[in-house]
Amino acid sequence: MALAGTRSAGQATLALAIALFLGVFLVVPVATVIYVAFTEKGGGALTLINFLDFARTDLFVRSFWNSVYVSAMTVVWASALALPLAYLTTRFEFRGAMLVQTLGFLPLVMPPFVGAVAMQLLFGRNGSVNLLLDGWFDFKIGFMEGLNGVIFLQAIHYFPFILVNLSAALRNIDRAMEEAAQNLGSHGLRLFRRIALPLALPGYIAGASLVFVKVFDDVATPLLLNVKEMLAPQAYLRITSIGIDDPMGYVISVVLIGVAVATMWASAQVLKGKDYATTQRGGGGLARRKLKPRESVLAYAVVILILALVLAPHVGLLLLSFATVWSFSPLPDGYTLAHYARVLDDSSVYIKNTLLYSSLAAAIDVAIGGAIAYLVLRTRLPGRQWLDWAASTALAVPGVVLGIGYLRAFYGVKLPDGTPLAALWIVIVLAIAIRRLPYALRAAYAALQQISVSLEEAAENLGATKARTVRRIVVPLMTGGLLAGFVTSFATAAVELSAVLMLVQSNFDAPLAYGLYVLMQTPAGRGAGAALGVIAVIIVAVCMGVAQLAADRSQRARGLDI
Amino acid sequence: MSKAVGIEIVGVNLSYGSTHVLKNVDLAVRPGEFFAFLGPSGCGKTTLLRLIAGFAQAQTGQVLLDGQDVAPLPPWKRDVGMVFQSYALWPHMTVAKNVAFGLEERRLPRAEINRRVAQALDLVGLADYAGRRPAQLSGGQQQRVAVARTIAIEPKVLLLDEPLSNLDARMRVSVRRELRALQQRLGLTTIFVTHDQEEANTICDRIAVMDAGIIRQVGTPMELYENPANLFVASFLGSANILDGHATGDAFEVVGGMRLPLPRGVVAPTGAKLVFRPQHASLTSSVASPLHGPVTHREFLGATVRYAIRVGDSEILVDAPFQSVGELRDVGDPVGVDLPPQRALYLAA
Repeated sequence: MALAGTRSAGQATLALAIALFLGVFLVVPVATVIYVAFTEKGGGALTLINFLDFARTDLFVRSFWNSVYVSAMTVVWASALALPLAYLTTRFEFRGAMLVQTLGFLPLVMPPFVGAVAMQLLFGRNGSVNLLLDGWFDFKIGFMEGLNGVIFLQAIHYFPFILVNLSAALRNIDRAMEEAAQNLGSHGLRLFRRIALPLALPGYIAGASLVFVKVFDDVATPLLLNVKEMLAPQAYLRITSIGIDDPMGYVISVVLIGVAVATMWASAQVLKGKDYATTQRGGGGLARRKLKPRESVLAYAVVILILALVLAPHVGLLLLSFATVWSFSPLPDGYTLAHYARVLDDSSVYIKNTLLYSSLAAAIDVAIGGAIAYLVLRTRLPGRQWLDWAASTALAVPGVVLGIGYLRAFYGVKLPDGTPLAALWIVIVLAIAIRRLPYALRAAYAALQQISVSLEEAAENLGATKARTVRRIVVPLMTGGLLAGFVTSFATAAVELSAVLMLVQSNFDAPLAYGLYVLMQTPAGRGAGAALGVIAVIIVAVCMGVAQLAADRSQRARGLDI
Repeated sequence: MSKAVGIEIVGVNLSYGSTHVLKNVDLAVRPGEFFAFLGPSGCGKTTLLRLIAGFAQAQTGQVLLDGQDVAPLPPWKRDVGMVFQSYALWPHMTVAKNVAFGLEERRLPRAEINRRVAQALDLVGLADYAGRRPAQLSGGQQQRVAVARTIAIEPKVLLLDEPLSNLDARMRVSVRRELRALQQRLGLTTIFVTHDQEEANTICDRIAVMDAGIIRQVGTPMELYENPANLFVASFLGSANILDGHATGDAFEVVGGMRLPLPRGVVAPTGAKLVFRPQHASLTSSVASPLHGPVTHREFLGATVRYAIRVGDSEILVDAPFQSVGELRDVGDPVGVDLPPQRALYLAA
């Protein structure tokens, strides 16, 4: 019993330390935001007056509905792109399938704001595509006009979230489900609509709700497209232009959180009782049909068109980074390496900061994620589930809200020399770490769930203490999964902007994403901004490759070992 | 119900890559027959069933339904009802919707659909469960929904892919009786795939025993048991003693030198082995029998006692009715095995 006592004392200490961290850097800032939104300005009395003001201000109401419209339309268009691809790759023998599957990683490699300016140049009123259309057929398409631009950009960036989830769901359908339908006289699209699609609905909803929330919370993409009348940009603009004491920024933040929570709650409601995976036995999906020549041509046309759209921001960014002047012409007037020279000269501090912040944030995430996964899956500590819930709520907290919370909560906290805590660069790291924690946590869960408990029991049976078992058995076996979690956190942290936007106090402390955002604001800075963007894409792409490799290797090693 | 339809399989060969799954399969299932494909897992029985349903393509040969080659028809035009091993009930539809599906695909009028759904559910005794979801039903009920869904479309033939394998032992006995009764009532040509000989024996008119893609024998359950055509069928159906040996003139010499006289007119084929069932032999105290040796093992099975006797290098099983404890033989007792010549089979592989 004494042994068990010390064991759970150690676990309890660990759990308390994590709880303290989450409390200070997640719960307190968010609670502060909510508290401020519900208190009278200047006074301390609780009130709903701020929300009434919000509802009475046309700008905010319009921004709210604009955000709803943009998010919903993004889901519609993203679904329109994802559905045919998912159908093609899961139900037909189709050479392009691999190509389509790799599309799934693109939104992780480059968030939409990075390509926003480049997309203006390609698809804007006087962009390459419209210039060509105008020259040939005498008309233009308003891809990028106002809200359409945001929808267009977000849809081609986020449709892979739907594609990946939907394809996985389609592949996991027991093939007998569809064969039974064929046996009873159904086939083709009708079968897909009546059987496959409803069964894959959970996967679709998961992807679609994620897209909705991400688009709703995005600050930078609308701002770079000069769209200000959306809710998340309004929160940012309100705080940065009017000040940290203005309650409207907080009210908007609460609305953003509310929408994120409501979306997740709604998707959970829709999915209730539809967890078909458990009722299905074998996986495998229907035997894939060969495409007829004519169908094949059509299929390739669809895939190539979508692929061209998906690659457009990347191509545009690359062109822009090498362009001397690019304006009112389909392609740049000339090419130069000057932007890269300038970036490596002036802006290398951005790159250095990004590498530092992202690796620190990812290390924190893996340590905390691994610890929470261990406490939840392997101990009986009371309240351990709360750690998981607390860490996961970060998903529902938009970056801009977390940033505002940090400003408000930590600005008053002064260091001995008088600088406010919120002005330190380490706060940026902590904000990024909190934002990415849910991802690392999922990776840690996955890694730990694959390790049979009996491996640990065997170690204990042979005389190893809990702590030594963790060190000698659990951690080595989790390495691959944790490494993958680290790299994923690192890569996505490297392009995190919305929280960072609130917290950067000087260019000297700014990471790459911030520098890119600032440079992209002015025509003169675009080339350098694009060069920075290309560097960011390369950093992230290399990291994703490494993560994939690490995950594959650890899978294989486990295969050999057990 | 329309008239029952026969199924003919002619010269079918089917391969997946380099794996030859069905080898020169010829078979005729008579109209209205309850027929079983019986064999160990991997023998090709499910593939043969899927071939009939249109879910597999043969490289050579034909599948004839009612004399017509169905090769050009995709699964959804075959009118071949299949009940899947996992039942494959669609979890997003109610029981009634599941049963209505095939009728809706045939664009029948709503009133007709409703009538036939009710009729099919009535037939399997699930009329009260129309509004339920499959997940709310027991395994046996799910199985009956799967059957109702299939017979609702009034298929030409009914294919059952291991329909009892997901049920517990007690359910299996009652469900197989229901299946048999239903089949008799509908007069529907039915093929039943199973690896369980008891299931095949109890409900099927005839059985095709399959092994490694080959049909080893076709016959009624009793014919197969009494007159297996080869060693595989003999050993797959029930227990059998199989002893190596070779024919020498009018006798069969078992390895170890013991000779059994061959009855007049019986010829042991080349490579034949001696085969007999444990219950067809009896034990004697005299070791004058050509088969004799010490008891090495004894199992009490209730009505019978199963003895193992070492004869040369082989072990022979003999079932003796249990009379009383006093009459039991002990391990180590020398005994003779008495085998009536007409009970001895000489079979090649």
